[in-house]
Amino acid sequence: MSTEQKNKINLVANSESKPYWEGAAKGQLLIRTCNACGKAHYYPRTICPHCFSEDTAFVEASGNGVIYSYSVTRQAKPPYVIAYVTLDEGVSMLTNIVDCEIDKISIGQKVKVKFNEAEDGYALPVFTSA
Amino acid sequence: MGINGKSYIVGIYEHPCRAALDKTLPQLHAEIAKGALADAGLSKDDVDAYFCAGDAPGLGPINMIEYMGLNNVRHMDSTETGGSSYIVHVNHAAQAIAAGHCNVALITLAGRPVADAKEGKPVRYYNQQAPDFPFEMPYGPNVTNMYAMCAMRHMYEYGTTSEQLAWIKVAASHHAQYNEHARLRDVVTVEDVVNSPMIADPLHRLDCCVITDGGGGIVMVSPEVAKSLKRTRVKVLGAGEAPKHLAAGQVDLTYSGARWSGPKAFAEAGVTTADIKYASIYDSFTITVLETLEDLGFCKKGEGGKFVSDGNLISGVGKLPFNTDGGGLCNNHPGNRGGMTKVLEAVRQVRGEAHPKVQVRNCDIALAHGTGGLLGSRMGSATVILGNEDA
Repeated sequence: MSTEQKNKINLVANSESKPYWEGAAKGQLLIRTCNACGKAHYYPRTICPHCFSEDTAFVEASGNGVIYSYSVTRQAKPPYVIAYVTLDEGVSMLTNIVDCEIDKISIGQKVKVKFNEAEDGYALPVFTSA
Repeated sequence: MGINGKSYIVGIYEHPCRAALDKTLPQLHAEIAKGALADAGLSKDDVDAYFCAGDAPGLGPINMIEYMGLNNVRHMDSTETGGSSYIVHVNHAAQAIAAGHCNVALITLAGRPVADAKEGKPVRYYNQQAPDFPFEMPYGPNVTNMYAMCAMRHMYEYGTTSEQLAWIKVAASHHAQYNEHARLRDVVTVEDVVNSPMIADPLHRLDCCVITDGGGGIVMVSPEVAKSLKRTRVKVLGAGEAPKHLAAGQVDLTYSGARWSGPKAFAEAGVTTADIKYASIYDSFTITVLETLEDLGFCKKGEGGKFVSDGNLISGVGKLPFNTDGGGLCNNHPGNRGGMTKVLEAVRQVRGEAHPKVQVRNCDIALAHGTGGLLGSRMGSATVILGNEDA
């Protein structure tokens, strides 16, 4: 195993999360929606947390959103940005903001998804300036 | 069936140690149990109910009851809501006593994160099977940055400043100087706080609580048992508990579960914020206090910054004396769980046994509030209102 591979993030792929990582590997940000109540939710679940229906499915999100809040973890080397991004589809997700000048990040800033390679052929959705 | 007036706190103990290299975790629990029972004037054989949370090793109550030799237990509860667990336990013990399930309830908390770190043991453990784990852990959430995002959003929506948050630490430090056991006893200024190193924007090092070993315990009894004891009794007037979480993606970081646990406790106690002479407010970080005070109704949402400023939380100076033991910010946050010590100082205040420099006059009614888990994602909130015999 090369050094590069070792540094890739290891994701927890179980029956509820694996399709999400597989979608990310194909460049798709998936969110779970409910066919019974029509509402989206995050993080993805088999049974809808709004109406308890089992008729839920993954759909592709636009990948666009705005930063709801963020923080820079200054003590980490290198520092990283954790954030909640509110997607255009109306749900917010925990993520990282990457490839940005850290001190210019702001709440309300428009961002778009990008995908970081992970172990086992999966990918992790993160966000960068739109 | 309400709990108002149906149980009393008659014994408390706060372990004086802040680093427990020479003690095991069960040993700390037992030392605390012994201290709390001695304070109450009761023996271990009087205990017929035992409460502990996730800090207790093994299967919690089973292992601890065996270790301590509590031979008369007929009621157990190991409710786990993180650092607020022990305030939930006070509520549950009050309910169990009111229902006649028990007469003498013992609650213990102990932890040794300082010692564990020195010994190279993992300080925290979070289960991979937690449903949020796969979708959150890859992004590097930690305790500080998850609270920091709440502060960042509160600042954005309401114009709250770092200087206003700093006043919370300043007030805690004013109180801690009188507590000989406090981890940090130096009085600090707003400038000291905002000039301390940034840990996770906008929270500085001095916006964060201490990490300590030790713990605390509480003994609660029925009114009949309370009357047979010599110790000043503290009446449980009301309590509330509430979960708050990310609501399937409808995230709002500007408030806590205190929005729901508070009104339940006030209603049961039959009092309002104006009646509260002293408040123990969970202070893992300064922002935790600010949002909680708003949610409990001590000020309007968004006005917490103004409310905490200019020493308003300092005993003898401001309108709402808080955390007169120095709180988690300066005194003690044993096992990374601050709910227990919140109850202990509220009991000292109602008894009139806080340090004379911080004792609130005529403290007939006090409140203690806990926030367990993470303000930035999911938490268990718990509020209890205590009073003296006449309250």
